[in-house]
Amino acid sequence: MSRYRTTLGSRVYDFADLKSLLAKATPLRSGDQLAGIAAQTSEERVAAQMVLADLPLKEFFAEALIPYETDEITRLIFDTLDAEAFSPISSLTTGEFRDWLLDNNVTGETLARLAPGLLPEQVAAVSKLMRAQDLVKVARKVHVVSRFRTTVGTPGCLSTRLQPNHSADDPQAITASIIDGLMLGSGDAVIGINPVSDNPEIIQTLLRLVNAIRERYEIPTQSCVLAHVTTQMDALTAGAPVDLVFQSIGGTEATNTSFGINLGILKEAHQAAREQKRGTVGENVMYFETGQGSALSANAHHGIDQQTCEARAYGLARHFQPMLVNSVVGFIGPEYLYDGKQILRAALEDHFCGKLLGLPMGCDVCYTNHAEADDDDMDAILTMLAAAGVNYIMGVPGADDIMLSYQSSSFHDALYLRSVFGLRPAPEFEAWFQQRRAALHEMTALLEA
Amino acid sequence: MVSTTARRIARNDSATRSVKALTNYTPARVSLGLAGDSLPTKPLLAFRLAHARAREAVHFPLDSFSLAQEFAARGWGSRILRSTAKNREQYLRNPDKGRTLNGDSLAELSNLHRPRRYAFVVADGLSSLAVHRHSASFLEEVFERLDFKTDEANPVFIVHQGRVAIGDHIGAAVGAELAIVIIGERPGLSAPDSLGVYLTWNPKPGRTDAERNCISNIQSSGLSYEAAANKLVFLMNEAQRRQLTGVALKETAAKLLE
Repeated sequence: MSRYRTTLGSRVYDFADLKSLLAKATPLRSGDQLAGIAAQTSEERVAAQMVLADLPLKEFFAEALIPYETDEITRLIFDTLDAEAFSPISSLTTGEFRDWLLDNNVTGETLARLAPGLLPEQVAAVSKLMRAQDLVKVARKVHVVSRFRTTVGTPGCLSTRLQPNHSADDPQAITASIIDGLMLGSGDAVIGINPVSDNPEIIQTLLRLVNAIRERYEIPTQSCVLAHVTTQMDALTAGAPVDLVFQSIGGTEATNTSFGINLGILKEAHQAAREQKRGTVGENVMYFETGQGSALSANAHHGIDQQTCEARAYGLARHFQPMLVNSVVGFIGPEYLYDGKQILRAALEDHFCGKLLGLPMGCDVCYTNHAEADDDDMDAILTMLAAAGVNYIMGVPGADDIMLSYQSSSFHDALYLRSVFGLRPAPEFEAWFQQRRAALHEMTALLEA
Repeated sequence: MVSTTARRIARNDSATRSVKALTNYTPARVSLGLAGDSLPTKPLLAFRLAHARAREAVHFPLDSFSLAQEFAARGWGSRILRSTAKNREQYLRNPDKGRTLNGDSLAELSNLHRPRRYAFVVADGLSSLAVHRHSASFLEEVFERLDFKTDEANPVFIVHQGRVAIGDHIGAAVGAELAIVIIGERPGLSAPDSLGVYLTWNPKPGRTDAERNCISNIQSSGLSYEAAANKLVFLMNEAQRRQLTGVALKETAAKLLE
């Protein structure tokens, strides 16, 4: 008999350990069902949430979900935890923590001071008790600002990553999408290309391409080519202009092994990028993407639910003071997030958990064509995330990524959110845009060259 | 602030002309115009149509009988097999079901067992549309380029609700050196009918993606049948020479192609 148990009517619910309690308490999603760790019934899910609500937050320090000895992310999280920062909530249960977060007297400043004292597992746990509106309301209090050539995440701002991908990495096609996005006010978080190829020469060509456009038109933004981190490091060493360094990360060491990375590689990349001193208003140089289901997909989840694994990825990310972090929420497919409802919940959880852990969270609001979702679902997610104060979203021409074969958000979607919520781009970019907007169509000259 | 600019651009004829020109450089959905700050009706409906088609490609059932007839007309034998995924929902929710053969199909393969060079597998994957449109013509190009007796490719295995790794089970069951899985790819809005090919040396259950080579994006506005067949046959020959597929083969192949 474990200490995680409750009786509801005539039924006794007994949860073997903390990770099983967390998995059973998670709102329904196909990935946890696939892993065989989800609650069997709705009642079992609520029973787990009730046990979790009564669990003192302190107990999370006593039971590492993946042993300290076997996982470098567990080690990083525990070794860098700020016990002093945690002290204001040290006597609370998980349920009391939810109530405390919702308290109107608990401000964004309080939450920012708390962040270094929180375990990702505690944040994941409290999110499982929260309604969608709670995830919006609490995340909205927290403003995490990051800076390179633009300032992203200040209150009242919504930025975009301009994502001009092309299925053959064609420089002219990529340039055409960049021009289209800039004319519609997109690209202030980053101009970031997902390359098809991992060929070093192509990566360097793309880095030089975006850099040349940025310099020629004096655009206050940063660029990134989202190749493997080691390929970007080779490009940097070869003298290519590397602003932000990108990497996909997961919440377990084994997930990251499957991505071909570890903590040491990320630390080297972080240091090398900072030494370039290419930022003008700040030194946040890392860009991370994540997504629920990546650990299960790499068979590296250790029986931990996908949302808790995701929060652990943020525990890794915060170590690097990144410029940008977003989950690519619906990209992975319906075996992890089955439909629009599950994608919406995951998007709000990811944004909330990241912000509470002190990260400058954006979101790639997206879906694939084999998921039960459509553009109406994306509108609901976008609208709720803007209400929650998301730092940035993606800007893809017409929402259709012709290279990655999925649908993300469009330049028009960003205009919709800015218009409905009265949001503006990053201040440096907005000033540039105001000054240049009448002449931006002249950028098509780039294509005729 | 953005909308003011955008409206001005929309009004300005010369600007509009240069904006339109962007579509000459990319198949991406650029220069869509604005209704207020939003997407105008025409591109909105074009997007919906593309999404409807992509969704249908995912759920359109594979007509294995007509595919078998197409193959027979070209003189190729075929066997129709099924994975353990009974329907599309099971297939989407539980990828492992699409990676294993059901009992009847496995039994059917047992009387075929003999050491052989190739197991050609055509699986619906996420787009049976791609398989119907492209697999016969593509295979024709491949067979023309291969130096082998036709019966070495016989029969072609047609699989319902199949994923890439089902080729490992089929290849192992028939004792093939090399499994060639031709499969419908995840449909995008621009191409709901894209075909992919995965090559696995010494196929057996448990092979990982790092042990395979892949050629993707075979469709009318992507890689041509001829170009894809050239690549595949090159990789097949190299795989047999070096007795492996996967990351190590990719590197040598890239060098040899330089």
